[in-house]
Amino acid sequence: MSRLHFFCVVLSAGLVALGSGPRLRAQDHTGNYAPMDIQNGALLYGANCAQCHGVGGDGIPGIELKTGTFKRAPTDQDLARLLTTGIAGTAMPATQLSPGETNALVAYLRTMRDFDSPKVTVGAPATGRGLFEGKGGCTACHRVDAHGSRVAPDLSDVGATRGADFLWRKLQDPTATMRPLDRPVHVQLKSGKVVDGRRLNEDTYSLQIIDSQERLLSIMKSDVKEFTISRTSPMPSYTQKLAPQELADLVSYLVSLKGGI
Amino acid sequence: MRRRSLVIITGALLITAPIFLNAQVTSDRLVKAADEPQNWLTYNGTYNGQRHSALKQINSANAKNLELKWVFQAQSLGTFQATPLVVDGIMYTTQAPNDVVALDAKTGRVFWMYRYTLPSEIRVCCGQVNRGLAMLGDTLFMGTVDAHLIAIDAKSGRPIWKTKVAENALGYAVTVAPLVVKDKVILGVAGGEYGIRGFMAAFDAKTGKEVWRFKIIPEPGEKGNETWPGNTWEHGGGSVWVTGAYDPALNLTYWGTGNPGPDWNPDVRKGDNLYSDSVIALDADTGQLKWHFQFTPNDGYDYDSVQVPVLADITWNNQPRKVMFWANRNGFFYVLDRTDGKFLFGKPFIKLNWASGLDANGRPIQTPQPAGAETFPGLAGGTNWFSPSFNPRTGLFYVSAWENYRNIFSKTDQEYQAGRQYTAGRGAGPMPTSPNVPTLRRGPINTWTEEMGTGVVIAIDPKTGNHEWRYPMTDVTDSGVLTTDSDIVITGSREGHFHVLDARAGNLLWKTSLGGPISSGPMTYAVDGKQYIAVNAGNSMFVFGLRD
Repeated sequence: MSRLHFFCVVLSAGLVALGSGPRLRAQDHTGNYAPMDIQNGALLYGANCAQCHGVGGDGIPGIELKTGTFKRAPTDQDLARLLTTGIAGTAMPATQLSPGETNALVAYLRTMRDFDSPKVTVGAPATGRGLFEGKGGCTACHRVDAHGSRVAPDLSDVGATRGADFLWRKLQDPTATMRPLDRPVHVQLKSGKVVDGRRLNEDTYSLQIIDSQERLLSIMKSDVKEFTISRTSPMPSYTQKLAPQELADLVSYLVSLKGGI
Repeated sequence: MRRRSLVIITGALLITAPIFLNAQVTSDRLVKAADEPQNWLTYNGTYNGQRHSALKQINSANAKNLELKWVFQAQSLGTFQATPLVVDGIMYTTQAPNDVVALDAKTGRVFWMYRYTLPSEIRVCCGQVNRGLAMLGDTLFMGTVDAHLIAIDAKSGRPIWKTKVAENALGYAVTVAPLVVKDKVILGVAGGEYGIRGFMAAFDAKTGKEVWRFKIIPEPGEKGNETWPGNTWEHGGGSVWVTGAYDPALNLTYWGTGNPGPDWNPDVRKGDNLYSDSVIALDADTGQLKWHFQFTPNDGYDYDSVQVPVLADITWNNQPRKVMFWANRNGFFYVLDRTDGKFLFGKPFIKLNWASGLDANGRPIQTPQPAGAETFPGLAGGTNWFSPSFNPRTGLFYVSAWENYRNIFSKTDQEYQAGRQYTAGRGAGPMPTSPNVPTLRRGPINTWTEEMGTGVVIAIDPKTGNHEWRYPMTDVTDSGVLTTDSDIVITGSREGHFHVLDARAGNLLWKTSLGGPISSGPMTYAVDGKQYIAVNAGNSMFVFGLRD
């Protein structure tokens, strides 16, 4: 059993416990947060918090983060705000985390008592990159920096805008998580020409797309005989294509993509 | 010809003097504004709120020859929601939040600019906006987002007096264009998301001294206070942020009022919550309430009734009748008798499910949706502040509306804290990660998409509520509507398109792309016999006329 697999099993046990009535109080929290957010939160905790608070959340005398309850932050919203702004008059600084990262950190802080932190396993970004460019076949449609196709959305900064849990769900059910703006369009022009592509923008009179040859096309609706906007993503589900460990590696790679040149 | 002779005689003087002979804007001119369609003397053009002009040089046959005449680029990134005034060839408008500019209406060249300095901290719910000016004599009047009223000399741009209307630290602001009636400047206060207690007030145009005040949320001992449990009236909302109408014959001024506070938890203020979400008819001299009609009692959706009251004299059941048309944010279209507020007719103009209908008195039969279910329309409503128009020639009422737009509402408990937003809940978008309201300042890409709701201009027959025609748009719209005696409909879209439609058939006659959302009402005027149309889009104002 891989270490990540073990991690997922632990979480599943928590969810089952919730479903069958509260047995272990410590697990009540777990089911409220997405496994991938907790996982990413653990990474963020290690990078941002552990230096002062310690790996086990007890590095500052009198503060036990593992209790999962905080007097200054009764709600998750309060906790997220506190993480963003810091606490004035204390050593707790403001952070520059994205909303998705803040949510992930909240998820981990609320659940960290359920785990022995050093044993929590997370995916490996470098392995994930290999999967992205190799076995996963992602670059056939997606692009990161200068590599890959432009047919599907560019993912160079996907980690800056999307959390781990969203990306985890995306890999499993691409259609459910497709942004409406990105929907595939099939256009039949009055001239007889047929165009397929991904929607970039649309208004009352026109449609902007990138087609399967990566051409930017602006189409006036007055020239269109018929066009359909599909609600089904052309992206396959990776549930069967990749093992759980590989999915975790891929997610780790994607959340590491923060853009910038 | 007279004007041309004058130019020759006083040629030397013209180097420094205005080109036009400015007559004072008298109270009488305001009453008879429809008789001088070359000017646009109040926010809605005329007191009746019809946004209908007798100008007809631009018509359905030549609209295709419209071209850009000039552009005013505001030095502001705030949403451009003002409707300009035009008085004898000079245009006065505001750039967000509270700068005033006077321009040559023919060329767009600027005479003067007045910059109002705001405090560094401002509490205003939904953007630091201003919807325009009022004018009397040679004086302009502007409300400010820090809740003051300022009088400005129309020739020099210098401030004359400044009056504090309310306390901005508590969330009170003035975003509405005031309305001058006789010798008074009338306005209301914004701040419905801050637990304010809304009011209307009139100020002496000469001195700025407050003359009367009508408390929209009544206190103990005043009629209507019984519709508020305990002390909930103290933070009962009832803001006013869109300019009302005035009937000189009845001497009544009509204003729409905003949501009760807190916005989304009606359980904590059980009762009708008067006079929120209502139209109030006030005596223009005293501010006394003559009648009211409440559209959404105990509102839990933020359905502000701040639309422009549209007054018309029509034949109703074979009798001449003074009526008021109202397409409300709650999704119903209403016809009221404006002499006494009697409900004459009402019908949904969009799909809605928060009510199953209206009873014989026009009161909604509310059908709150179960927790987690979608409510139509969403919090931004079936329509909103963007002005509708009535064309007496076609007998049709034209309104920009949002269709298939919904939210999932939830309530929370929230303690009132002075100066903090007081909303007690939210309206969430119906799709994962979807916003509840598309932002007014978003970029040129329609990330909102049609799945969240679409825009439409609807021509409503007020006698039946039937849709005579519909002009659908991919994105929702925040554009007001203008109609003219040449039977065209002038409007725009959030997409940045500005278009002219046929008033009878609804077909597109002309369009152009202005590259930024249109968030106010187009208006029209004429200088030297030439008709112009002005519209704000993005951060600029564009003025069109026929090709020379």
